[in-house]
Amino acid sequence: MADTAHAQMAVSDEVAIQIENMNKWYGTFHVLRDIDLTVYRGERIVIAGPSGSGKSTLIRCINALEEHQKGSITVDGTLLSSDIKNIDTIRSEVGMVFQHFNLFPHLTILENCTLAPIWVRKIPKREAEETAMHFLEKVKIPEQANKYPGQLSGGQQQRVAIARSLCMRPRIMLFDEPTSALDPEMIKEVLDTMVSLAEEGMTMLCVTHEMGFARQVANRVIFMDAGQIVEQNEPEEFFNNPQNDRTKLFLSQILGH
Amino acid sequence: MSDTHAQTVAFVRETMLPEQPPPASEAGVIKWMRENLFKGWFNSILTILSLYFIFKIVTGAYPWFANGIWTTSSLAECREILDGATGACFSVLTERWNQLLFGFTYPPEAYWRPTLAFVLLIVAIAPVLYPKAPRQMLFFTGIYPFLAYWLIWGGTLLTPLMVLLGFVAGYFAFKQFERQSFAMGLVAGVIAAIVVIWAGGVVPASMPDVLAIQAIPSRDLGGFMLNMILGTVCVSLSLPLGILLALGRQSSMPIIKWICVIFIEFIRGVPLITLLFVANVVLAYFFPPDANIDLVLRVIIMITMFSAAYIAEVIRGGLAALPRGQYEAADSLGLDYAQSMRLIILPQALKISIPGIVNVAVGLFKDTTLVSVISMFDLVGMIRGPILASTEWNGVYWELWGFAVFVFFIVCFSISKYSQWLERQLATDHR
Repeated sequence: MADTAHAQMAVSDEVAIQIENMNKWYGTFHVLRDIDLTVYRGERIVIAGPSGSGKSTLIRCINALEEHQKGSITVDGTLLSSDIKNIDTIRSEVGMVFQHFNLFPHLTILENCTLAPIWVRKIPKREAEETAMHFLEKVKIPEQANKYPGQLSGGQQQRVAIARSLCMRPRIMLFDEPTSALDPEMIKEVLDTMVSLAEEGMTMLCVTHEMGFARQVANRVIFMDAGQIVEQNEPEEFFNNPQNDRTKLFLSQILGH
Repeated sequence: MSDTHAQTVAFVRETMLPEQPPPASEAGVIKWMRENLFKGWFNSILTILSLYFIFKIVTGAYPWFANGIWTTSSLAECREILDGATGACFSVLTERWNQLLFGFTYPPEAYWRPTLAFVLLIVAIAPVLYPKAPRQMLFFTGIYPFLAYWLIWGGTLLTPLMVLLGFVAGYFAFKQFERQSFAMGLVAGVIAAIVVIWAGGVVPASMPDVLAIQAIPSRDLGGFMLNMILGTVCVSLSLPLGILLALGRQSSMPIIKWICVIFIEFIRGVPLITLLFVANVVLAYFFPPDANIDLVLRVIIMITMFSAAYIAEVIRGGLAALPRGQYEAADSLGLDYAQSMRLIILPQALKISIPGIVNVAVGLFKDTTLVSVISMFDLVGMIRGPILASTEWNGVYWELWGFAVFVFFIVCFSISKYSQWLERQLATDHR
C-alpha cells in the first residue's frame, strides 16, 4: 500500500455519509436491498459491479434524485427526509457529476458554473465568477469560459461539469460513471481531474468501470450485485484477493481482456 | 504519385495535400440555376410554365393597380372616372380610412389616443422582443398596459392607477413571503393584489373627474384597432397562462394536475366561436347581477382561455423534449422548483416551442376577426357591415377585402419573421 498515492491522503474518523438498512423498490422490483454503508470524511470510494446491480441508484439516493422507501440516509449530519428544504440543503452540499454531463446548453460555460452559487448560495455575481474561473483553471479550461457547451468536446464538457459542482464548494462529490460516455482519448483528462481532486482530500463516491483509477486513488472498493453490497475491501486486497465468487467472475471478465 | 510508395502495400504520406477551390461549374449563379431551375427536361418545362403564369398574373393585375382611383367619395363617381377601363376604386380606403382603423362610433376628436397608444406599444414591446434593448425600458413596459387602457377607454386615470397599485402591492407581498416558499408567496401576492384593487375601487368612484379624459365605452371601439387590442392583450395574457397550465399538467400534485388537464381538454374540445357566443350572452349569468362586465373584457377572457389551452399543449411538447438529465442536474445543484423551472427548464422548453407558440399566436390574431359574428365591428365587421352596406360603397369587394388581407398578412408575416430571427438568436447548441 505504501507505494500508491492514496497512502498519503488522510481519512478522518468523522462520518460524512451514514446509510443504514436502506431499501428501494421500483414498483415491485427490489433494486436496493439492506444497504449499510458508512463513508468517512476524506474517503475515496469506488463502486463497481455489473450493469443493473444498483450502483447508480445507490449514489442517486444519497442526494435524493431517487427516493428510498426503507432505512435511513444521513448526509453531513442531516437526515434525508421527504422535506423539500432538507433535500435542497443536502443537494447544495453534495456535488454530482453525471454520465452524460448534463450541462445547461442554453448557458455559457461560465454561466453554467455561476448559476447555482448565485441563486442557491446568494453569492454576488462578481464573486461567483471569480470562483468559477478559479475552478475552470483547475480543470484546465479557463479559455472556454464564454463558449457554449455544444462547442466543447465530451472530455471538456465533463471537466466543466466537475467545475460546476465544485463551484458550490461541496463537501462530498458523487460521480455517476463520469467516463462511460467518453472516447478513450478523453477519459484520461477527466480521470486526471478526478485524481487531483482526490489528492486534495475531497470525499468522493465514484461509480466507474475504470479499475486503474480505483487502484490509484480509492481507499475502498465496493462491489455490488443484484442490489446488494457483495464485497468491500481496500483496492489492493480487492483486486488481488477477491473472496466472493461473483466478485471473482466480475474481475476476471473486466480485467481479462 | 511520387510521394507514395506505389509498389508496396505499405503507405506513408510525406506531404499533406493543399485545399483547392471547386471547379467553376460547381459554384455561383450558374450552378444554382442548373440545379434548381433546369435539372432535366421535366424540371425545365415546369420552370418555363411557372414563369409564363407569373407573367400573366402580373400583366393582368398591373392595370388594376396602376389605374386605381384614390380620391372619389362614392363607387358611382369612381366608375364614372374609370369609364369602363380596368381599375381599382381605392378611394373607398381613403374615404373610410378612419372607420377601417377605429370603427364608426369612436369619437373622431379622440383618434389621437389609440394612435398614441399604438406608438407607445412599439416602445413598450421593444425590450421584450429584443434582448439587446436597454433593460430600463422594461419599467415602461410594466406601466404600459395601464397607460394604454386609460388612453383608449378614457375616464379618470385613477382607475388604472388603482389596479397598478394592486399589482405593486401583490408584488411586494410575493417578495415578502417568497422566502418561505414560492407557492406561499404566490398566494399572498394574489390576495394582496385583489384586496388592494377591490378597496382601491372606491377612490375613482368617489372622484371620477381627477385627471379624466373623455370616457369612451367599449361598444364604440372598432376597426383594426379592435383586432390589435384583442390580439395584443390575448397573446400577452395567454402565454403566461399557457406556461402555468403546462407546468400544472406535469405537477405531481393530483388536484392541480387534474384542474389543468380538465381545463385544457375542455377548452380544446370546444369551437372558439361558441365560446364567443358564451361570452356575448351566457357569461353574464356567472357574474353577480350588478357586476356589469364589459363585453370586450368578456371576449378577452374567452380568447385568452382558448389560446392558453393550445399554448399549454405546445409547451408541454417542449417540456417533454428536454432530457431528464436537465431536471436532474438542476436538482442536484440544489435549485428549488421555481428556480429550476425559471432558469433551466423553461428557457429551453420555450425555445423548442417557439414555432408552435407562434403558430398559435398568429392563429389567435386572425381569430380576433370572429368577433364580427357577435356584432362587434372589428376590421372585418366594419367592412361587412357599415361600409359594404352603405349606398356609396355597395359592391367594392376586391379593394376592401384585399386591404383586410394585406393588413393581416403584414402583421402575421412580421410575427413569423420575428420568431425565425429569435430562433437563430437563441440557437446555442451548434448542431
